[in-house]
Amino acid sequence: MRPRLLPDGPSKGPTSLPGHLARYGPPAPPARSRRRREELIGEVELAGLAGRGGAGFPTARKLAAVAERRQAVVIGNGTEGEPASAKDKVLLARSPHLVLDGAVAAAELVGAAEAIIVAHPAVADRVVAAAADRRRVRLDRVRLSIVSAAEEFVAGEASAVVRWLERGTPKPKATPRRLSERGLHGRPTLVQNVETLAHLALITRYGAGWFRAVGTDSEPGSMLVTLAGAVKYPGVYEVAIGTAVGEVLDVGGGPSGPLGGLLIGGYFGTWVDPAEAAAVPSSAEGLRALGAGVGAGLIAALPATSCGLTETARIARYLASASAGQCGPCVFGLDAIAGQVERLADGRNPDLARLRRWLGQVGSGRGACKHPDGTVSMIASALRQFGAEADRHVAGWCTGTATSVLPAPTWGRR
Amino acid sequence: MKLRIDITACDGRGLCAEVVPELVSLDDWGFPIIFADVPAELAEHARLAVRLCPRLALRLER
Repeated sequence: MRPRLLPDGPSKGPTSLPGHLARYGPPAPPARSRRRREELIGEVELAGLAGRGGAGFPTARKLAAVAERRQAVVIGNGTEGEPASAKDKVLLARSPHLVLDGAVAAAELVGAAEAIIVAHPAVADRVVAAAADRRRVRLDRVRLSIVSAAEEFVAGEASAVVRWLERGTPKPKATPRRLSERGLHGRPTLVQNVETLAHLALITRYGAGWFRAVGTDSEPGSMLVTLAGAVKYPGVYEVAIGTAVGEVLDVGGGPSGPLGGLLIGGYFGTWVDPAEAAAVPSSAEGLRALGAGVGAGLIAALPATSCGLTETARIARYLASASAGQCGPCVFGLDAIAGQVERLADGRNPDLARLRRWLGQVGSGRGACKHPDGTVSMIASALRQFGAEADRHVAGWCTGTATSVLPAPTWGRR
Repeated sequence: MKLRIDITACDGRGLCAEVVPELVSLDDWGFPIIFADVPAELAEHARLAVRLCPRLALRLER
């Protein structure tokens, strides 16, 4: 398919405002009446747009929940704390105006006067420049502001983004209240991933029918994917939802050699067998058969020469150290679990029964956010996918010969 | 009635597990794993656990 969100063809730097308007046409006129807003939210529902930050929640329902309240505010979430993922950064860097259009459209749909884009610091400057270009020609009726995101893994969680804006500490809240009721400074708050906003900008322009022309019936549209690891051309690509996993890899030139595993979704994702996954559609429905999900659109390919357990141990330690430090089971449990996975990776007398018990205790929805659950489910999938290798490690040897491929930066560590 | 915990307030003192072991077990680090649905015959014990929590981390929801 031809890309919808990213520049169509080679491009350097961000698409300029004139270039953007020439490609997509002017933004949809603002919805002034309540009835028109409800119609447009209905159009988003018809389009079947779901959130692209990882949770996949229906966007129309979030819009409707905030639209019935006063003093609302919109937050475009481009934090992208996921170390191996780059799709939100690339989208903000190359198509900043599409995201800003979407933020403005979302604000108009929920009756908000203000939209804030929280952008990864690597690309925040470009978004600031794009917003300045719009202000110069008075394009928007909504006040746009750009804030540089916190560089921590948990910082992208919706309530952590709100707290980052409120207090400068990107920690998830344990509040039982929904952000749509009481979010930023107590105001009704719509937090949407920046890719979701970009799709929204196109739905308000071209309608639900256009949006549904690609993708599957139950999951329409295109999606951005980050291809990382052992593919010929790692990078960010746009594919139709439902494209077979093997074909998605081919968009990035295909595997650069024999593969030992695929990590699908993100660091909270699922390790799967590349041969089993090749024909499976990249959609929530398709990936469910593998026990996996679309997540934030990451597909990381592990070369057959790398040890999946060593890789998992590095990510597990990274995630344990990226805990916000608020909940006991996460602070103590993930640290202990990462220690056991490291023992397994190093063949230092691992205790698999204890590891499994800990995974059960820590991964059962006990945190203020899903950090422990996501970490645990990724590790559990590694034990399934690399089970034979685990047996070898217990016996004292490892088949891996190559170095690691997945990033585990130190900036999440305290 | 549901027994709920604010896990960010919990310090793992463990009183809850002593008062209502039927509803609260402790993980390997001493933090509570809660069975939320409180049967009528345990309601009084659950209320006591809420009252005794030194971190005020427990609450009952209808």
